[in-house]
Amino acid sequence: MTLLRLTGRGLYCEAGDFFVDPWAAVDRAVVTHAHGDHVAWGCRSYLTSAPGVAVLRRRLDPQARIRGVGYGETLDLAGVRVSLHPAGHILGSAQVRVERAGEVWVVSGDYKTDPDPTCAAYQPVRCHTFVTECTFGLPVYRWPATAPVFDDIHAWWRTNQSAGKATLLFGYALGKAQRLIAGLDPEVGPILTHGAVERMTAVYRDAGVPLPPTTHAAAADRSSWRRAIVIAPPSAGGSTWARRFGPQSTAFASGWMAVRGARRRAGVDRGFAISDHVDWPSLLEAIGATGAERIWATHGYTAVLVRWLRERGMDALALETRYQGEREDIADGAEELPVPG
Amino acid sequence: MRAFARLYAALDETTATGEKIAALVDYFRSAPAADAAWATHFLIGRRPKRLVAAGKLRTWAAAAGGVPDWLFDESYHAVGDLAETITLLLPDGDSAADQPLSFWVEDRLLGLRGQADDVQRHELTRVWHELGRHERYVWNKLITGSFRVGASAGLVVRALAQVSGVDQGTISHRLMGAWDPSPEFFQRLLAPDTRDADISRPYPFYLAHPLEQALDSLGDAAEWLAEWKWDGIRAQLIRRAGRTFLWSRGEELLSGRFPEVEEAGALLPEGTVLDGELLPWAGGAPLPFAQMQRRTGRKTLGRKILDEVPVVLVAYDLLEQRSEDVRGRPLAERRERLAALLASTPSAGCLMLSPAVEARDWAGVEAARVRAREAGAEGVMLKRRSSAYGVGRRRGEWWKWKVDPLSVDAVLIYAQPGSGRRAGLYTDYTFGVWDGDRLVPVAKAYSGLTDDEIRRVDAFVRRNTLEKFGPVRTVKPELVFELAFEGIQRSTRHKTGIAVRFPRMARWRTDKRPEEADTIDRVRALLDAGL
Repeated sequence: MTLLRLTGRGLYCEAGDFFVDPWAAVDRAVVTHAHGDHVAWGCRSYLTSAPGVAVLRRRLDPQARIRGVGYGETLDLAGVRVSLHPAGHILGSAQVRVERAGEVWVVSGDYKTDPDPTCAAYQPVRCHTFVTECTFGLPVYRWPATAPVFDDIHAWWRTNQSAGKATLLFGYALGKAQRLIAGLDPEVGPILTHGAVERMTAVYRDAGVPLPPTTHAAAADRSSWRRAIVIAPPSAGGSTWARRFGPQSTAFASGWMAVRGARRRAGVDRGFAISDHVDWPSLLEAIGATGAERIWATHGYTAVLVRWLRERGMDALALETRYQGEREDIADGAEELPVPG
Repeated sequence: MRAFARLYAALDETTATGEKIAALVDYFRSAPAADAAWATHFLIGRRPKRLVAAGKLRTWAAAAGGVPDWLFDESYHAVGDLAETITLLLPDGDSAADQPLSFWVEDRLLGLRGQADDVQRHELTRVWHELGRHERYVWNKLITGSFRVGASAGLVVRALAQVSGVDQGTISHRLMGAWDPSPEFFQRLLAPDTRDADISRPYPFYLAHPLEQALDSLGDAAEWLAEWKWDGIRAQLIRRAGRTFLWSRGEELLSGRFPEVEEAGALLPEGTVLDGELLPWAGGAPLPFAQMQRRTGRKTLGRKILDEVPVVLVAYDLLEQRSEDVRGRPLAERRERLAALLASTPSAGCLMLSPAVEARDWAGVEAARVRAREAGAEGVMLKRRSSAYGVGRRRGEWWKWKVDPLSVDAVLIYAQPGSGRRAGLYTDYTFGVWDGDRLVPVAKAYSGLTDDEIRRVDAFVRRNTLEKFGPVRTVKPELVFELAFEGIQRSTRHKTGIAVRFPRMARWRTDKRPEEADTIDRVRALLDAGL
C-alpha cells in the first residue's frame, strides 16, 4: 500500500486518515498554502504551518478549526509522522513530509526556489516519493533574475508618471501582490492597493514581513493617482474599479508573461515575468535535491515532466488533480475565495 | 545591437501609433547611419534570405539547450514562434560587449551564407551563447527570416519623414526599387532636395464608404453611376518622365510584380495616372482571388504562372492627363476621357475600362447586386456622376454595397493552438458538415470570435478532446458555428472537392445542436448555384 493515494477528494493518507490539499470537504485536511485551489471549505479540521494560520484564517469561515505547526516540527498522526517545511511560494506555504515505517513522501504544493523577502525560503527535503507541481514544466520557462525585472517595473512606472498616467500592476492578491510591494521603491511614488490586496497585506504586516508603506486606493487622494502604482488582483483589470484611475498603463506580473503570445493575450500594456513557481531548471534541480526515486506530477505540464523523467530512468506518474498553479488568464479567480462544497 | 533590440521590444510593447513613431524617431536620431540603414531595411519588411533551414535550427537549438526533439516541439507549441522558442530555451548569454547592428548583420549573419552545416551550427551556437535575451530574439528573427515587427512600413516612413523633415511621399519613393542598406544610402534617404521623388508620386486614393441607408435616400438614380465592386488589388498606374510606376493602395510600389500591366502602362501617353483594380483575368471574366494569391505569394514570376494567371488593370478613373491634375472634374467627364484614352492605347487587353453596370433605376441596382457574384464581383459601387475625385474615405459621393456573405452552420471537429498572440490557446479550428452520418471537414477558420468566446471554446477543447495528433486535437462534435465566407469553388486540394474563400466565424450558434448543422449537399448546392 502506498502512503498516499489519489481519491475523488484529493490526496489521501489512509494510515494517518488525513488528506493533503483536498478539493472537497473532509475530516482532516493538511493544507500546503492558502490559495483557493489548495483549500476546500467545510473541512472539520485544518493543519497548516504556523506562519500560514493567519493567512488561511482570512480565507475560511471564522469558526474553522485551524491548527498551526512550526516548520520542521513533527506530529504523530496514528503512527504517521507528519511535518511541514518551507516551500517558498507565499507566506506560510509548506511542503508536507509524511513518514511511516521508514518510507518518506513529500508533497510540494506550489513552490519556488528563487529568493522572496516575504516568505521563508524553500528547503529541499529528502524523500522516496516526491509529489511535485510543474506549472511551468517546459524548458522555455527560465525566470530572469528578479532585480532587473524590478528595474523594468520602476522604469515603466516613471515613464507613466511623465506621461501623466496611473500605473496599474496586476498580481494575485495573496502572495504575488506582497512580493511586488516588497520589491517596489516607495521613493518613486505612492504605492496604492486594491481592497483585496490591502487585506492580505495587513496579514503579512501582522506576521512581521517588512513592506514599504501602502495606501488603500479608496482612501488615497485622487491627485496622487497619476504618480502612483496601484497593486490589484488580475480580476480588477478592465473593471469599473480600474477605470476610475483615468488614463493608465497596465501590466500583469506572472510567469506566463515570459512568453510574448501570453503577454499579448493578457490584454495589458506590459507583462513582467515574476513567478512564485519553479521554472524548468529549478524544477529539475529541486527534484534532484530530494533524492526521490519516484515522482508524481500534480499540475501544469505533467505529461512533459513525466516523459522527461522516464527517459532518465525514473519512476514518474502524472496525477489528475484540480490544482491550477498560476493561471494564465488575467481575469481568473484562482486567488479568490474557494467555493464552498 | 542593443539599441535595435530595445527598439524592437518598444515597438512590440505598445499598440499606440504615436509611441511607436516616437520610438522609431529616437532610434533613427541616435543610430549610426550604417545601423539605421539596416534597421530601415528590416523594418519595412525586406527580410534577409533564409540562411538556415528551420529544421536544422530546431535540431541545433534543441542540442544547444540539451533537450530532446520532442521537448523542443512541446516548447514550440506553447510559444508559437520558432525564434522566440530558441531564445527562451537557452540560458542567457553573457553579452558583455555591444556591437553595432551593421556588424552583426554584415559580419556574422551574412557570413553564414553558403557555409557548411557544421560551420553554421558552430557559429550559431556561439552566437546564442554570446547574446543577451533581447538581442538573441532579434538575431533569431533575422535568421528565421520571419522579421515581423509591430510597425508597418508606413510608420517607418512617417518616422523617417519626421527625422529628416522630408515629406512621406519622397521617403516612400526613395525606399522603392533596389538599394543597398549602406550608410550612403541612408544619407540619401534623408536628403532635403526632393525633386528626385516627384515623378513617381501617386495621388491619395479616394475610398468609398459602405452603404448603410436605403438606396432611394440617394436621390435620383440617374445621377449615379453603378460599377462592379471588384475584389482585387486597388492600384494607381503612373506614366511620367518616360517611366512607369504601379502603386498599391497601401502606398506600396508594386514594381516587377505585375510586369504585363507595367508594360502596358509604358504605352500610355506622358503624364497619365489611372486608378483601378488589379485582377487576375481570363476569358472575359476575373479569376477567383485565390489565383491572384498564387501570384502574390511568389518572389519570382515564371512564364508558367504569368500564362496561367494573367493580371490586368481594370481602370475606373483618370486622375491625371497630359500632366494635368483632372481630379476636380466631374466623374462623368473623367470616365469619358478614360474610355477614349484606353480605346486608343494598344494595351493588348492589359488595361481595360471597368464596365458600367446597366441599371435604369434603383431596382436595377438591387438586381445587379444580386448578380454580382456571377460577374465575379463582390458587390456594386455607386458613384455620383458629378463627383470630384476626393481624398480618403468620405461619405456622400461614393458608396460601396457588398453582397451578403454566404454562410453555413458547421460543427467544430478539430482544434489546434494558434501562434503569436494566440500561442498556447486553441484558436485555429476545423469545421465539418454532415455527409450521411459523418462530419466531413469543410473549412478552417480562426477569426470572428471575441476573446471571451475564444477562452470558452479553448476550455471546451481541453475538456472534450477525443484524440491528439501532434498539436491537433479531435474534439467531441458538439459546438455549432455559423461560418460566413465570400465565395466557394471547386478544389482538387480539398477532400470534399470544395474550397471556400475567407471563411470566418460569424456567430456561435449556442442555440443549435450538432445534428442541426448543414449537410455537404447544401454546400454543394451553393456551388452549383454559381456563387
